[in-house]
Amino acid sequence: METMESYSEKRRSSCGLAGLMNENGERMSGEKIINSISVMQERSSGLGGGFSAYGIYPDYSEQYAFHLIYENKGAKEKTEKYIGKNFDIIKDEAIPTREPKNSVSSPPILWRYFLDTKEGFSKEMAEKDFVMEKVMEINRGVEDAFVISSGKNMGIFKGVGFPRDIGRYYRLSEYEGYTWIAHGRFPTNTSGWWGGAHPFGLLDWSIAHNGEISSYGINRRALLDNGYHCALDTDSEVIAYLFDLLGRKHDLDFDTIADVLAAPFWEEIDREGKEMSLHRAIRITYGSELVNGPFAVIVGKQGKMVGLNDRIKLRPLVVGREGDMLYMASEESGIREVCHNPDRVWAPKAGEPVVGELR
Amino acid sequence: MGEEERSVNQSYLPSEFSVVREDDRCIRCEACVNQCPFDVHEYDAEEDEVKADESKCVSCHRCVTICPTDALTIKENELDFRENAHWSEESIKNIYKQAESGGALLSGMGNDKSMKDYFNHIVLNASQVTNPSIDPLREPMELRTHIGEKPEKLEIEKEGGERKLKTEIPPQLELDIPVMFAAMSFGSISYNAHMSIVKAAKKAGTFYNTGEGGLHEDLYEYGDNTIVQVASGRFGVHKEYLDAGKAVEIKIGQGAKPGIGGHLPGEKVSEEISETRMIPEGTDALSPAPHHDIYSIEDLRQLIYALKEATEYEKPVGVKIAAVHNSAPIATGIVRAGADYVVIDGIRGGTGAAPTAIRDNVGIPTPLATAVVDQRLREEGIRNEASLVVSGGIRSSADSIKAIALGADSVYIGTAALVALGCRLCQQCHTGKCPWGIATQDPNLTKRLNPKVGEKRISNLLRAWKLEFEEMLGGLGVNAIESLRGNREQLRGVGLNEVDLDTLGIKPAGEAW
Repeated sequence: METMESYSEKRRSSCGLAGLMNENGERMSGEKIINSISVMQERSSGLGGGFSAYGIYPDYSEQYAFHLIYENKGAKEKTEKYIGKNFDIIKDEAIPTREPKNSVSSPPILWRYFLDTKEGFSKEMAEKDFVMEKVMEINRGVEDAFVISSGKNMGIFKGVGFPRDIGRYYRLSEYEGYTWIAHGRFPTNTSGWWGGAHPFGLLDWSIAHNGEISSYGINRRALLDNGYHCALDTDSEVIAYLFDLLGRKHDLDFDTIADVLAAPFWEEIDREGKEMSLHRAIRITYGSELVNGPFAVIVGKQGKMVGLNDRIKLRPLVVGREGDMLYMASEESGIREVCHNPDRVWAPKAGEPVVGELR
Repeated sequence: MGEEERSVNQSYLPSEFSVVREDDRCIRCEACVNQCPFDVHEYDAEEDEVKADESKCVSCHRCVTICPTDALTIKENELDFRENAHWSEESIKNIYKQAESGGALLSGMGNDKSMKDYFNHIVLNASQVTNPSIDPLREPMELRTHIGEKPEKLEIEKEGGERKLKTEIPPQLELDIPVMFAAMSFGSISYNAHMSIVKAAKKAGTFYNTGEGGLHEDLYEYGDNTIVQVASGRFGVHKEYLDAGKAVEIKIGQGAKPGIGGHLPGEKVSEEISETRMIPEGTDALSPAPHHDIYSIEDLRQLIYALKEATEYEKPVGVKIAAVHNSAPIATGIVRAGADYVVIDGIRGGTGAAPTAIRDNVGIPTPLATAVVDQRLREEGIRNEASLVVSGGIRSSADSIKAIALGADSVYIGTAALVALGCRLCQQCHTGKCPWGIATQDPNLTKRLNPKVGEKRISNLLRAWKLEFEEMLGGLGVNAIESLRGNREQLRGVGLNEVDLDTLGIKPAGEAW
């Protein structure tokens, strides 16, 4: 036993990812995703674990569900005042948790709100821009308060601890969702703190990321030019915002987003011909949005889940299918653990997105 | 006061250099005598001795390089002035020069003063463990760069499942390496120097700039690698000229002499130059300090659009300014006036001739100007509307990559290319006597530069820089130059104060992300 313990304490590199989606919209409890991510526990260091889940709030499916982390009561009061000014609070409550155990300790105040915007918006884009702006303002402007998810009928549950312990702490087996994404963290650029765990969210996006973004400096500046403020001290945050910028504001589909974030090489583009092509235009236009460095990401949004690797696949990502179920994981073991007879298991190529969609 | 009245009989100026000749090595071949355009060396047949008039020596090293027996060494004149912390040797000598000539001091090349060299205080990052560095010998490493306006976003339509591009992409210069050759006119440099640069640009997949001297008819065939310049003198500007290049650049100013025009002395206006510039042979070519049709930003806009109209909106139109205090807001005005790229030329920028007082004291350093212009364009939300090209003192691949990480799309090099051709920075360009055949029109001197050899030397330089770029990018863990462009997180400052760091937008060395 002693050797096993010292083995599990040994620090090993990189993070673990898992995602599963029922494309038929059938909902499942959080048990399965906890099992999937937990089998890859040695990919995390106990300094961060988290989950996102879609379809979990059917009773409040029209409201923006805000999950908040507060370091103290003062932050909560300030934030609620701010929220009250901009939103009608339909319901708010503590996020249900168990007693912190094992790797989970000293949790912050965790609260959730179901919100309608006070102001009416004729266009969905304007409303979402408004919500995004408010999220940014809280994260940036209110000390010790962080919005960790802000989409409709979805939520992010994360903190410092191993994913299994975090999942138990948040009682995820009591929720039912059609998409679940999980992350086990092994931080190397910022210290482990509750807000810095993955997934990262904005509106209904959630992003679990394994990797390090060497282009972070320019990605961040390009996002700032578009009103996105990175406040969470981690490079992974930019991927969430890039998906929002490209997917929502620029209305690009996942194939095109993948072509931006993990762009094809000029050599391939030149083979398509010298004249202006879609890929050529993407590289000319979106150079600052190219995400360079090793990454595997699993991204969720309402009705969708997508997995993507960097342009030379420097991080693992395996995908499996069985019937209506789509599975993604850093390691095949994460899939096999919860899906004993997959129809197909494969490793997608560099820069090739795998997209799951609600039918 | 006429020249006669001004002349003094005796010069108090000591020689700047000593010519040391090891007589037992000297074979009296007179190579030095024939090669020195400044008439330093003289063969005394009577005494069978080669003598030197050291007062004329500029330390161009031509004689040293050409001497078949290595008999020559040039040293700084060891004559010591009495030590004075305020009155440097240079300041004393400058006063002698002015007291004896009554003229403004002139220099060639860029500012050589010891002001803080910001490039030397910036260091780059590299990958360790958490992201793998990439081996450029095994993996693709992309340096391709586009100069021109970029759309804010792309519109794509789906037609039967196929994605179709709806957005029209404005005209772009496509560079295989983010280094171009800065404007150096035919006139300031020789035909052979131009030909060397042009051919190297073509080989490397990049561009050279004609400068304001028009375009020699032999060079029209290199149009795909040419940027044609329109400066205040409008020399050699006509429809075919504008059509010949891939981009048009309006020159407002240059780093070596902000606010000052140009003056090509009549002695340099040979038959060929006269034809290319469209001015009479032997007349001085004067470029006014301002464009006399641009007295405001509105006027600049008119010229930008006049040039766009003339070239049917098929080419990017850029504007070059010297880096001065107000560069950042000026640059935003230029972009809003319709420029597709902006060139910022810093205080170390070179020249064929400039008043020394201006060269050494007017303008701001390239790295600072790069940082503030890029930042300001972003703050105003118009960074995509124009590319940023910076120049002025870029000596190496490292300087280039630092400028790019600070926010430039590409750099321009001038002096570095001339050094590749043999230039020793003796700063005598304005005399027209360049011993290396670069900054001269004297046929006896220009023939020293063989454009075939010149092309190879410059191409080799770019090839070497390309390899170094690739190594640096790979070491950082990125495989495309755009991931480093404006990525100031990959830079750190060493020995800079808080204000410098803040202006450059970089963190001090020692601070993590």
